[in-house]
Amino acid sequence: MPETTDKLNPAQAEPSGSDSGSNAVETRSLTRRYGELVAVDHLNFVCPSGAIFGLLGPNGAGKSTLIKMLTTLLPPSEGTALVAGHDIVHDPRAVRRSIGYVSQMLSADGDLSAYENLSISAKLYGVPRAERAARIEHALEFMDLSHVAGKLVKHYSGGMIRKLEIAQSMLHRPHILFLDEPTVGLDPIAKQSVWQNIRDLREEFGTTILMTTHDMQEADELCETVAFMHSGQLAAMGSPATLKLALGADASLGDVFIHYTGATISEGGDFRDAARLRSTTRRLG
Amino acid sequence: MQHAYAAPHGVSAETFPGEEFTRQTLAVAEADIRKLIHDPVELFTRMVQPALWLLIFGEVFTRIRAIPTGGIPYIDFMTPGILAQNVLFGAIFYGISLIWERDLGIVHKYLVSPASRVALVLGRAISSTARAVCQMVLVYILAIILRIHLRFDPLSLAGVVVAVMLGAAVFSTFSLIAACIVKSRDRFMGIGQVLTMPLFFASNAIYPLSMMPGWLRAFSRFNPLSYQVDALRRLMVVGGTSSFGLPFDFFVLGGAFALLIAIASRLYPKIII
Repeated sequence: MPETTDKLNPAQAEPSGSDSGSNAVETRSLTRRYGELVAVDHLNFVCPSGAIFGLLGPNGAGKSTLIKMLTTLLPPSEGTALVAGHDIVHDPRAVRRSIGYVSQMLSADGDLSAYENLSISAKLYGVPRAERAARIEHALEFMDLSHVAGKLVKHYSGGMIRKLEIAQSMLHRPHILFLDEPTVGLDPIAKQSVWQNIRDLREEFGTTILMTTHDMQEADELCETVAFMHSGQLAAMGSPATLKLALGADASLGDVFIHYTGATISEGGDFRDAARLRSTTRRLG
Repeated sequence: MQHAYAAPHGVSAETFPGEEFTRQTLAVAEADIRKLIHDPVELFTRMVQPALWLLIFGEVFTRIRAIPTGGIPYIDFMTPGILAQNVLFGAIFYGISLIWERDLGIVHKYLVSPASRVALVLGRAISSTARAVCQMVLVYILAIILRIHLRFDPLSLAGVVVAVMLGAAVFSTFSLIAACIVKSRDRFMGIGQVLTMPLFFASNAIYPLSMMPGWLRAFSRFNPLSYQVDALRRLMVVGGTSSFGLPFDFFVLGGAFALLIAIASRLYPKIII
């Protein structure tokens, strides 16, 4: 049985409630049930502004459900959360104005060009008309996609599609960017390139990045803080270095993952999770 | 409460009331219309069916003279019905694209945007009307080749465009609702097949209401296709008449559309759950 909240840093695990302005995300007993199944169970945590925050855990741990609630795709069964200072239950449109989201699946439209995808996003998010073209050009340049801007996205490589999706989600300069498994299905070179883009985004725009991942190397290299989820609850949270050190001098983040989640192959999501993951991987080529 | 996230970094304020809603609705429609421009093949493949109906069914029944048409050739009588059928068959399967885009993750992108659910649904309905108007142009070309007696005065043409657009909007929104309920492509295809033929045959598309048995005539009164065909028959062909009256036809189509938009915008977010 994994250890639970006693391993948490209390300052980060419990929202203060009085100073939400310095926190990008703050959950308050956030819960989601599917019938008898409790996918997210009275979760309390905070993600500080400007951080790259990693959410880790086996399939079925509740990470994607949590992200869906924080991005207002799914209403909570109980509790709430503040995202960029806005309540996800009472003011979901204000939340949506303040965030960017890159789904685990491929959300770029393959039947449109990169420029068209970006243009549609700019209009949906209300990027000022006078700035639209410049903002799109900058996004394409930032992601090194200018040379293929007019090509239909269905002819792109997996890495290029991910870069485009991140560019789309950043056009309106959101306070917080949610990335659900941003490098799943990508080869190592494409992964490195996407990681660099994520670092650059934080550097240039000061965006808070909250990402889920199964890739321990990704979490170790990118995230200042990681939180391990298991059975809908937070099992541990802290910096990768602190969590590794607590386990032993030679411990890897993978060891920390196994220690706190105790995941076995019999756990880990359902048929739908597996189908979605394989579909995304196949489409990324 | 004053907090550090008072406003998004890079978005504009509304310059007139409803500006944001209009922009978002048109953006959703634009995405689909651009796809149609990139690959218009679907429009031409959809023309096979009306061509067969008019060339075979229309020509044969014109010779038989078995159906009372109010003094106009049968092929003229059925042409508005075939246009409405073509719009119906295109729009009723529109919902499958929503399921497909849900499976790809594209719907999630729209749902996390600040666009209202009404804008998302209305935008899709508008894009379906653009397809329908393209289909209308092709049916007109076919009808001209077959020497059907069409009206070309601007008011009639404008009325045909409005009737075609309203019909497409009604049936595509109905299709979106079905997609939000059944959620799987296989089930949706089954539902689509079950719906199309009853909607078509329980309407005045290829025979007048007066020929129907009482129970079918009663059913056809609840079928929006009957009102679309009724309006088209009056506006499209020389000598065509309306049974219900044009104002009532447009009132029913407009009312059905408003009701369906309200239902679809409630159901739309549930497609991903």
